[in-house]
Amino acid sequence: MKKILSTLALIALASTALAQDATPDALVKSITHDVLAVLRQNANAQDPKQIANIIETKVLPHFELTRMTQLAMGRNWRAASPEQQKALTAEFMTLLVRTYSTALASYRDQVIDVKPLRAAPNATDVTVKSDVKRPGSQPIAIDYDLGKTSAGWKVYDVKVGGVSLVTTYRETFANEVRENGIDGLIKSLSTKNRQSDARFGASKT
Amino acid sequence: MAILARLAAVAALVTAVAGCASPGGNPADPLEPLNRAMFGFNEKVDNAVLKPVAQGYRAVTPQMVRTGVTNFFSNLEDLWISANNLMQGKAEWALGDLLRFTFNSSFGLLGVIDVASDMGLEKHNEDFGQTLGRWGVGSGAYLVLPLLGPSTVRDGAARVVDWQGDVVSNLSNVPTRNTLYATRVVSDRSNLFDATSLLDEAALDKYTFVRDSWLQRRRSLVYDGSPPREPSDSDEPK
Repeated sequence: MKKILSTLALIALASTALAQDATPDALVKSITHDVLAVLRQNANAQDPKQIANIIETKVLPHFELTRMTQLAMGRNWRAASPEQQKALTAEFMTLLVRTYSTALASYRDQVIDVKPLRAAPNATDVTVKSDVKRPGSQPIAIDYDLGKTSAGWKVYDVKVGGVSLVTTYRETFANEVRENGIDGLIKSLSTKNRQSDARFGASKT
Repeated sequence: MAILARLAAVAALVTAVAGCASPGGNPADPLEPLNRAMFGFNEKVDNAVLKPVAQGYRAVTPQMVRTGVTNFFSNLEDLWISANNLMQGKAEWALGDLLRFTFNSSFGLLGVIDVASDMGLEKHNEDFGQTLGRWGVGSGAYLVLPLLGPSTVRDGAARVVDWQGDVVSNLSNVPTRNTLYATRVVSDRSNLFDATSLLDEAALDKYTFVRDSWLQRRRSLVYDGSPPREPSDSDEPK
């Protein structure tokens, strides 16, 4: 009995360790796979907002949300109150999920090839590269920057064709904060998200 | 010679306007007011002419035909891409581009079918602006060109050289040349629909978003997808 218990405990331990220690490239592979599967299944879906919701539940747990928002905010991050930081993170994530899924949606019929990771075994900051093969044109690179956290590897930036989905917002955010303050930025992010909701809801083109 | 004079004029303008850049803007974009005006103009032209024509083109042609047209022009580009790879010292890539052109022009029926990609010969993305970048020429100020869109001082000047290396612009039969020009513009624009819908989804301020993603994209292309980390990457607040 004791032996069985300890074996069970060992298995339980091993499986949590496995979830935490999923290698960065395996993680990226599963995110890409999940998102593409959702997009392919719902290619003609009536409710694209639902797609966004599914993607949110699949993708967001693997993203380091606060760090991404911090990166996009630059030095204005520290000027924001904790409530403002929370609101910023929430609105920015809605925007990012939508941008990321729109980017992948245009490649839904293509093959995405996640390359094996090349990094030292004790690295804590890595880039996983993937390629979208498109006949007749150069493959588009989608690169994921990941950092090791206490909860396993988390994505903190995605670059499509060399363009960062996070730092590209830096100037826009800085301009907005300079002109209308941090609350102004929160407001324009939320307006943007509501507009997209409306467009998504109305008709899909 | 006229080209040189024009370049000198652009350079003088850049320096003049750089002096009165607004505080806090992107240092890579000292010409922002001018660029914004040009950006607005290009958007208007696109909405009024290019976009509707490209939509019409998409409506009347099946996907297969559009891919064929895209491949045809893409094949012609491979010659100039090869020359640029050679100038950047990437002989192996240059050879690959030449082989692509050879196979696609023959087995691929004048380039309409991209057989070379299926043979494992990868398509590259090169132009003279990237070659200059590889040679160490900085990109200079961001510049929105009339009709041609986002560019920089370096890349804008390099377009003049690209023009000389463009197969279509070297054709002597004027009606053929102009037909090919027009078809290429429409085909290129119709390939941009995914990108523009992404832009609508993503951008708070279209001008800033296009500029900042364009500059990152060009930098990535100069380094063939592996640019060194920018200093700004490390000054993130902890």
